[in-house]
Amino acid sequence: MTTKLFGAPITRREDPRLVSGNGKYLDDLGAGALAAAFVRSPYAHARIVDIDVSGALDVEGVVAIYTHEDLDGAVADRLPLLIPHPALTAPMVAYPLAPTHVKHVGEPVVMVVAADRYVAEDACGRIRVDYEQLPPVVGVEAARAATHLVHEEAPGNVAAHLVQEVGDARAAVAAAPHRLELDLFIDRSASMPMEGKGVLAQWNADDQMMRIYSSTQTATGVRASVAAKLGLPLAKVECIAPDIGGGFGAKIMHPWAEEVLVPWAARRLNRDVKWVEDRREHFISSTHERSQVQHVEVGFDDDGRVLGLDVTFWHDNGAYTPYGIIVPIITSTQLLGPYKPGAYRVEFFSLYTTTVIVTPYRGAGRPQGVYAMERTMDAIADYLGKDRADVRSANFILPEEMPYDHGLLFQDGRPYKYDSGDFPGSLAKLKALVGWDEWADYRAAAEAEGRRVGLGIGCYVEGTGVGPYEGGHVQVETSGRVNVATGLTTQGQGHQTAFAQIVADELGVPIDDVYVTTGDTRKMAYAVGTFASRAAVVSGNAVALAARAVRAKALRLAANALEVDEADLEIVDGIVRVVGSPESAIPLGTLSVLSNPLRYAFDEAAKAATQFAGAADFSKPPVADDEEPGLEGRDFFSPTQSTFANGMHAAIVETDPVTAEITILRYCVIHDCGNLINPMIVEGQVHGGVGQGVGGALYERMVYDDAGQLLNASFMDFLMPYASEVPHVETDHLMTPSPLNPLGVKGAGEAGCIPVTAVIASAIEDAEGFPIRSMPISPVELWELRRRHAAGELPSLRRHTAATS
Amino acid sequence: MTTHPATGEALHTVSVVVNGGLRTAQVPARRLLSDFLRHDLGLTGTHVGCEHGVCGACTVLVDGAPMRSCLMFAVSAEGHEITTVEGLAARSGAAEGDLGPVQQAFIDSHGLQCGFCTPGFLTTVTAYLESNPDPTPDEAREAISGNLCRCTGYQNIVTAVCRAAELIEERGI
Repeated sequence: MTTKLFGAPITRREDPRLVSGNGKYLDDLGAGALAAAFVRSPYAHARIVDIDVSGALDVEGVVAIYTHEDLDGAVADRLPLLIPHPALTAPMVAYPLAPTHVKHVGEPVVMVVAADRYVAEDACGRIRVDYEQLPPVVGVEAARAATHLVHEEAPGNVAAHLVQEVGDARAAVAAAPHRLELDLFIDRSASMPMEGKGVLAQWNADDQMMRIYSSTQTATGVRASVAAKLGLPLAKVECIAPDIGGGFGAKIMHPWAEEVLVPWAARRLNRDVKWVEDRREHFISSTHERSQVQHVEVGFDDDGRVLGLDVTFWHDNGAYTPYGIIVPIITSTQLLGPYKPGAYRVEFFSLYTTTVIVTPYRGAGRPQGVYAMERTMDAIADYLGKDRADVRSANFILPEEMPYDHGLLFQDGRPYKYDSGDFPGSLAKLKALVGWDEWADYRAAAEAEGRRVGLGIGCYVEGTGVGPYEGGHVQVETSGRVNVATGLTTQGQGHQTAFAQIVADELGVPIDDVYVTTGDTRKMAYAVGTFASRAAVVSGNAVALAARAVRAKALRLAANALEVDEADLEIVDGIVRVVGSPESAIPLGTLSVLSNPLRYAFDEAAKAATQFAGAADFSKPPVADDEEPGLEGRDFFSPTQSTFANGMHAAIVETDPVTAEITILRYCVIHDCGNLINPMIVEGQVHGGVGQGVGGALYERMVYDDAGQLLNASFMDFLMPYASEVPHVETDHLMTPSPLNPLGVKGAGEAGCIPVTAVIASAIEDAEGFPIRSMPISPVELWELRRRHAAGELPSLRRHTAATS
Repeated sequence: MTTHPATGEALHTVSVVVNGGLRTAQVPARRLLSDFLRHDLGLTGTHVGCEHGVCGACTVLVDGAPMRSCLMFAVSAEGHEITTVEGLAARSGAAEGDLGPVQQAFIDSHGLQCGFCTPGFLTTVTAYLESNPDPTPDEAREAISGNLCRCTGYQNIVTAVCRAAELIEERGI
């Protein structure tokens, strides 16, 4: 009997290759390609007065130098606005090379192509660009003040303004027995994958064919957008996402200027051209996220039940809006988490600043929304003198209320309706894991030793598995090898393993016979991409459906060959056999031979399928009218809506009474993403998310000065956590299956990072006894808050006032 | 002195023992060791994550000690012995086609996701376990705290270090 693989924590099939140096990442490809480098704006906002490339022309090894004036066709136009939205009234998108103005430090102005990167950078250093500096606009407050505009086309620096409301929230707040207001801030961080972006273009002049390798989260998106820009038929462009060294959202943005320019130059030069982003480029010219100013007004009853919630926030979208307003839309909806306020109103302004663009980074607006909601829950609990977990419980949507429709529109333009989840169950597990009910004793013991500790909590719901669709193709070769293709890409999620587990189970074959390809438009031309924790849900179900189609065909063929009823057949270890009489059997590889009637015998297996090989029914064609040759199948999964995973985290922190150093002593996670395909991989995703969340809560921020210079654009100054900063993570799972897909799965990719900022703020607040309203927080900032608190500038939490009085 | 045919740069002959074999190439003086290994010798398993010595992805063993290959010039490696990720299995005495204990431990423990930083961890951990064969989890965490990983949150890498120590013990290496 074949062991069931779905749900098994098997080790990853991609790993032997990756641990032996045989991975093929973007810069491992294209030996001998010319190298591109870019002259980028040193100013946040400026008019380009003159570009003088003459000093670079005689650098030996330089092949070409391009400015905007050299670009032709659609490449000379602005890059596409990927996700238009009616509320995005002033969309602005950059040109591949800036023609007249630059709007952030790092914007590309000149492209150099040379024999190698060293020489390309030599040439960049000799190109003189004269700028007339214009006033920078840095940070949400400067954008709101609109003393200076980033784009003349965007009055007030407003790119978008959107209001969604369910019920009369303002009236509900006004009429509530208790009311609170909170002003909150969260700063910028970034995806910061260990491998930056990169693109290699190979133009085949004989075939008039463009092959693009890109370190992207969407091969089909890059293919289509480059074809459109270069005026090539889609059939003449292919895109392959090779091994990718992390994405976390930065690589779902596309086409990057370089993804258009490198293929354009490759065709023009008829040479392979490659660009590999360096770390500084990644900091100043890719993408950031998270910065928002939030104002919350909430009305609630004596039990802490939220009767009205009225949220306004100002979202810093950077210099351009190529990815639309997906991030603030997600904040505005996912803010609600597991709760059901009586009435809800949310209004946001998405604002231009002269800084790097803002597009989804793991969590994609959710960490900000959860931060706003969870800060509010803690404030309500403190105001009422109630247990923070009890206040959350009072607001939970209950399992029997599922599916729960919030009456809002989600990021996919579809109803924001939760499919399943057991929030009370999750909270009970979390309280048990962290020792919630023993907290008073824990704190007392610590305080007796002169230590200051705090307990924090945060709950979230994550819309995952967003559509529109993904496809699966499954093909059995005559050898029995099973080829699986799905179009979305892989950046470390173990798709070659998880999808193989699904197909091996569905088809009844050993997993070692299953080979999965992702992100290759030659193998699957219809796909969307890897984002929104969607791969397991959308591609996972697509490959399952495709495998079921293959299984059905195999059973049809076998029933015919063995002259038995299909219902009497089973597939075990790649062999179709009659249940109860396993000697009556035929391997899938042989069925593959039979499925493809041949004229020519090119090997022993094929010989069996040739025209004189055996008896035939001359009344029927070799391939039946309703069949196709080959033992293969293709299907697509297109969900009606997102499926909603959830989780709850708790942390215990210690803050040094003297230095204000913050240490996470324990970090506990309850996670519910429905059925688990591979628990080991899911656990790894949660761990990684928490690690990034810890960075976002305590260490990482983009430090812009008033002139719009990013002061910490290196790994020396942007403090990504090492192992020494990430605590041991304790996890426990609930499995509430999704009713929305055949596998009952929900996404897991982003979950871990979503509530961490909220949880750490909650824990530090609990340790310190005054509100935390701005994150991330460093020891210096905490020390300053202590000083202000001591000076009477910051109120104490009520529970601390009560405890010390 | 010879010059590069495309760029005209003066070239220097570098001879280095890499993964047990003598490799010689002609490189400009400014060629980084990381670029030399990757692009001149075709050993692309060593990855470059920051080019300023912070992330550790490019860590190789130079005469057995972990070094950032992005912070060394190729010419500085003249006469030294280098082990890259491609040479770890052989260095551990594993049979042809098998993996070394540290590599196997990373697979067993799910110590990698995207795999980009992994070669730097593998080389670092290999050297560490040679001098500290039986680390506690806290010591293992300390040992890897000079390398950045953006995927794993380090949890399973700590586990992998301890697992590697077990495998080395079992294999009697």
